[in-house]
Amino acid sequence: MRSDKHNHAPFPLTLAATGGLLFLHLPLLLIFAYAFTTEDKSFQWPPPGFTTRWLAVTWARPDVWQALSLSLQVASIATAFALVLGTLCAAALSRARFFGQEAITLLVILPIALPGIVTGIALRSAFGMMGIPFSFWTIVLGHATFCIVVVYNNAVARFRRMSPSLVEASYDLGANGFQTFRHVILPNIGTALMAGGMLAFALSFDEVIVTTFTAGQQQTLPIWMLEELIRPHERPVTNVVAMAVVLVTFIPILGAYYLTRDGAETAGSGK
Amino acid sequence: MTAAVTFRSVSRHFGAVKAVDSVDLEIAEGEFFAMLGPSGSGKTTCLRLIAGFEQPDGGEISILGQSANGVPPWKRHVNTVFQDYALFPHMTILDNVAYGLMVRGIDKVTRHKAAEEALELVKLGGYGGRKTGQLSGGQRQRVALARALVNKPSVLLLDEPLGALDLKLREAMQEELKGLQKRLGITFILVTHDQGEALSMADRVAVFNQGRIVQSGAPEDIYNRPKTRFFADFVGSSNILPPALSESLTGTKRWTSLRPEAFTLETGNDRLSLAGQVEASSFMGAVRRIALKVGESTIHANLPAGVTIPTEGETITLHFTPEALNWLEDAV
Repeated sequence: MRSDKHNHAPFPLTLAATGGLLFLHLPLLLIFAYAFTTEDKSFQWPPPGFTTRWLAVTWARPDVWQALSLSLQVASIATAFALVLGTLCAAALSRARFFGQEAITLLVILPIALPGIVTGIALRSAFGMMGIPFSFWTIVLGHATFCIVVVYNNAVARFRRMSPSLVEASYDLGANGFQTFRHVILPNIGTALMAGGMLAFALSFDEVIVTTFTAGQQQTLPIWMLEELIRPHERPVTNVVAMAVVLVTFIPILGAYYLTRDGAETAGSGK
Repeated sequence: MTAAVTFRSVSRHFGAVKAVDSVDLEIAEGEFFAMLGPSGSGKTTCLRLIAGFEQPDGGEISILGQSANGVPPWKRHVNTVFQDYALFPHMTILDNVAYGLMVRGIDKVTRHKAAEEALELVKLGGYGGRKTGQLSGGQRQRVALARALVNKPSVLLLDEPLGALDLKLREAMQEELKGLQKRLGITFILVTHDQGEALSMADRVAVFNQGRIVQSGAPEDIYNRPKTRFFADFVGSSNILPPALSESLTGTKRWTSLRPEAFTLETGNDRLSLAGQVEASSFMGAVRRIALKVGESTIHANLPAGVTIPTEGETITLHFTPEALNWLEDAV
């Protein structure tokens, strides 16, 4: 805690920080602005006029809905996979002590450190070797590789803070494994799982690189946007969709932040 | 009468470490039994074997005459008060206490009533609505006790239950636990490294060292008649006299032990005596503790605080009756 509440940061630092934040976030506002421009061939500044007609145009485009629905399905199923597998991984690696544990921990978190292009090529050649045709499920598998890590990281931190005697106490009081999971483990790691799941969902929802390597003919929303930028017609439609993506991914990330912020209080060891 | 808990040459190894090494044990129903020993002596592993958190590598454990080998913790009529209390942080105190009844499918009204009664038993009536974070260490300990007792276990295991409490609270809880045990008639098994705790509360004490029981018996026997050097040193810090010194006193070449409170400054007819130089003298309240250099050994004596105070460096003679000398079984 700082005792001096009137302690200001030096002016150059304030300037640099403001500049940095503006540089990061102004382009986002630009995206929003172009969603309402009357010019549909190029990004002209300032926008020559204001219109909300692109909202209606976007609404009426079936390819947008197709891409959006595919992205939502992929993100939901990849997140569901990640929740189950990531939690199991975290439970095993946070509690047991065995030979090679460090190595396995590294292997579990490696997919998020690997460049997407490496994961993508690796998966593509693996699918090719096994003769698996590209489909919805290959996209889901590709996304699950990094979604698991996000869930794992959140869950393992919570598991480590949870006193191991809580589980033993539950057994001791007559609860079997399932009851212990339901009444003791889940309530203690629940918010961490929610947070991990939301982040995983957001990551999957706007993933491009791995998807390009693992998708067949399907277009997820980010891929659709990439294609759309090359074709110069009805440009603001892309901006409307981008705006929707920002909002859709922003909400779960904000939620995850609030859920894990005060996690330390809820998951203490009871001491 | 069946024994509450029986061990028949029970072993539990962790790799090369023999945490529990062929232990035989019989704890009677309704007994207050203490397992005493330094850390790593195997007493906690024994407790975990009874609770079912560990399974033996060899031997047979019976609880109330039934073999407990392979029986999971949730199927044993045994409950534990954990060292860190292990209260569930996401539940209220009442739900914590009612947990054991909840997982057995007892309805909410009945189990909350039973939980409230258990809380009253540990003098925490009316605290049920609070969260665990709102209680002090001593109160959490009582909640942990209530949470175990509400299940009406045949055997209650207490793992260093008073370790985290301050001295005054600890003494009060010692009396309370003993009173509770007598009133409820449940077998209590206490694990502790504090000999004062074990001796004051238990009906019978087993002292552990290196995975084995070195000696067991009533607190008085254990305190006055230790069998081995380890034991004499661990319980009540007796003086241990090497064989040569014992020989000079009695003519028999054996290890012996002598309690610090056995000494007086007064000579008597048949009293034995030790002369030496006072190395240290400290006031301990009711007694004055003297360290006396006798040959190679240092002998500690607790003298009544009122006597003439020997000063450091002075040479004095201490006297004791031959009966106070305890013969040890260690090889010479």
